[in-house]
Amino acid sequence: MNQAMSANANVDTARQWLKRQSRWSPFEIVFWLALLLPFFLFPTYLPLASQIAIAALFALSVDLILGYAGIITLGHAMFFGLGAYAAALLAKAGWSEPLTGLLFAGVFAGLIGFITSFMIVRVQHLALLMITLGLGVLTLELANAMSWLTGGTDGLRVPRTWPIFNYFRFDLWGYTSYGYTLAVLFICFLLSRLLVNSSFGLALRGIRENVKRMPAIGSDHHRHLQKIYTISAAMAGLAGALLAQTTSTVALDVLSFTRSADVIVMLVLGGTGRLYGAIVGAIIFLVARDQLAGINPQYWYFWIGLLLMVVVLFMPKGILGFLSRLAGRRDND
Amino acid sequence: MSSIVIVLFDGFAFGMLLFVLSVGLSVTLGLMNFINLAHGAFGMLGGYAAVTAMRLLGFPFLLALPTAFLAAALLSIVLERTLFRRLYGAPELNQVLLTIGMVFVAAAIATYLFGTVQQVIILPSWLRGSVEIAGMRFGVYRIFLIGIALIVTALLVFGLERTRLGAQIRAAVDNQRVAKGLGLDVEKIFGITFALGSGLAGLGGALAVEIVGLDPSFGFHFLVYVLIVVSVGGLGSITGSFVGAALLGIFDVAGKYFWPEIGSFLIYLLLVAILFVRPLGLFGKR
Amino acid sequence: MTDQKEIVLRTDSLSKKFGALQVTNAVRLALPRGCRYALIGPNGAGKTTLINLITGQLKPDSGSIFLGGDDITGKSVSARVRAGLTRTFQINTLFPDLTPLEAVTLAVCEREGKAGQFWQPLSAHGAAIDEAFETLKSIGLAAAATRPTRTLPYGQQRLLEIALALATKPRVLLLDEPAAGVPKDESAALFEVIAALPSDISVLFIEHDMDIVFKFASRIIVLVAGGVLLEADPEEVRTDQRVREVYLGKGHHV
Repeated sequence: MNQAMSANANVDTARQWLKRQSRWSPFEIVFWLALLLPFFLFPTYLPLASQIAIAALFALSVDLILGYAGIITLGHAMFFGLGAYAAALLAKAGWSEPLTGLLFAGVFAGLIGFITSFMIVRVQHLALLMITLGLGVLTLELANAMSWLTGGTDGLRVPRTWPIFNYFRFDLWGYTSYGYTLAVLFICFLLSRLLVNSSFGLALRGIRENVKRMPAIGSDHHRHLQKIYTISAAMAGLAGALLAQTTSTVALDVLSFTRSADVIVMLVLGGTGRLYGAIVGAIIFLVARDQLAGINPQYWYFWIGLLLMVVVLFMPKGILGFLSRLAGRRDND
Repeated sequence: MSSIVIVLFDGFAFGMLLFVLSVGLSVTLGLMNFINLAHGAFGMLGGYAAVTAMRLLGFPFLLALPTAFLAAALLSIVLERTLFRRLYGAPELNQVLLTIGMVFVAAAIATYLFGTVQQVIILPSWLRGSVEIAGMRFGVYRIFLIGIALIVTALLVFGLERTRLGAQIRAAVDNQRVAKGLGLDVEKIFGITFALGSGLAGLGGALAVEIVGLDPSFGFHFLVYVLIVVSVGGLGSITGSFVGAALLGIFDVAGKYFWPEIGSFLIYLLLVAILFVRPLGLFGKR
Repeated sequence: MTDQKEIVLRTDSLSKKFGALQVTNAVRLALPRGCRYALIGPNGAGKTTLINLITGQLKPDSGSIFLGGDDITGKSVSARVRAGLTRTFQINTLFPDLTPLEAVTLAVCEREGKAGQFWQPLSAHGAAIDEAFETLKSIGLAAAATRPTRTLPYGQQRLLEIALALATKPRVLLLDEPAAGVPKDESAALFEVIAALPSDISVLFIEHDMDIVFKFASRIIVLVAGGVLLEADPEEVRTDQRVREVYLGKGHHV
């Protein structure tokens, strides 16, 4: 069928083909420009927009392990919460500079992620679900028991974050908050995009596609998994820290199972393994919840549950996958 | 001293309740490798079925229990045919998401029908109160629970070891390909096992109302306990589920009694530690 | 008897039991550099088990494995691959959504220790991509290089198995029924590819088709009930009475 191409298939076309796979498309540029619209069109919704950016960053961190490396986690809120508490406690100790606080939280969450990664790579299937779930609940219970440090169920009030670069003050309307969270999201997105298009990203896809084959091509895939788990934990920690810094409160719910479950719902709605799915999923999930805020939370979860079932049965690649199939692009089966 | 005995007894009774709730999931997971997070929701269904049968139809408690079993088993057959079956062999994430979605929906339906209030069951008088043995008081209902669990265990062990269906189930758990090669209808075997397992969860749900109450969060709340039992015990192992459930019950009750601040912390620490050392559970083979 | 070439892979009384069944029984092998050996034996003789033991998918109950003089018995599968001992699988064990170019590039990057680099795009590893493409080209997969693996015809997927193995730059290559499931006329072509592999690679292959075995193997190891019945030149195997009885007699005609 592509006889013409195969006839003169050579090294150059191979290289170019690989390069094309990671090229920026106009859609992407438009997408990111559109994320600036809240500043001008819906300034009253800026706090919601910040929440979305934070949730999107969290979902992005989960996409790296779930969508690319195939690790299903039911406890990633653990790292979100650890990041939030790290930033909050640093601020309580008297240091409210946002960027170093962010860095501190990310490093801390990443460190815990690295330590737990030794457990994660040992197990699969149900045991993996249970270890991630167990570690998540364990952290929540620990934070609850250490209420002298974490404020327990009452939560912590975090001192106001200092201006970014000593210039941009955190204002009441959320201009700075949204600018800050969006900038961090964008930088992490760029890094993630670089990562998934690197040789390491290729190795992760190899693990997802056929983990049993990896050792037979000489891959020490446990090390790859540990690495991506650590990176993902650090990124989740950054998201948690953003929440603490922009809302000035941290409560136990940052560590809750619901948060771990919600982030997976967002990711699956948007579509796993495509980075943008995390952002689109977060937008849909949080905007819908905001619009339906009046209804009983039980019924909110009814729709979420129904949506999950529909997505699994009819749109296994998420909404973005569904749309791109409608558009007849590369994701054909 | 006597408080230790009572705590052990209460813990064991709670463990037996967990055993009835979870053994079905252990067998179906071992059989089809299908991660069914909606298993706890079948327990919830059994609970509501029992409550409704007693309240609206005036069933006596002992008749409400088999009603709960049947209700859960019947619904599971319908759902197995229409939904679960589509995802056998699908990526586990899809199984997790579909069944978690079902838990959400089940909780919302329960809220719609029954509200968020705690449901109660009025026990017959002979199951209330306690008996005194060697100066210690043991709850009659808990003795009843242990009795039921032991009967269920005996039936399961007998059924699996001695009956034709049991032999087929064991063959299918051991090696599905070989079982298929021997001409066994693995899908049918799974359908039956699935219905029996869900029925047992329903029975467990009905039995649980008196101990832990019943509200729409039951499916979620007990899911975690059920999953701990299954993963710690090892997939497809009745002995494993029994030991896992007894351990969890005893540690849960003892932890909350002796160390109330960190009781639930201990459970999860134990879970993570056991799975770290033995990823396949205490009695898991694969 | 054996020529005086350097021995690259050697096993020493390798044994393995599954329950009461002795699947591998004190197997002693020695593969010289650049050899083309065949491993034959009736079904259930333990051929795949032997390969699993040598490459580390299974742990032996006793015995040792040496690669180029180093004892590798305790090493992991991936460490053995990096040391130059690679295998292919009887049933396609590929990456369905990756293209052959991506899969082979991945294997090259793993070999060079570059697969953990997440800070630069894949296209920065130009030499690895070029090498992957050359490897694919050398076994006739250039035209299929950028199509998802799952869309490739079965025969091309068998070739990709070999390409993935080659990308690890093996000293020893163990091929578990490379032509399994391939029509007879195509399997000869596939073995032409194998015969044309670089002459410093030692190859041991499992194959049921005796015509192919006698045509492509310089030496044949006959495995029966987990133990080596005979290791000899094709001519000798062809005429050996015991081999005729246990193996060739049953449904195979020479």
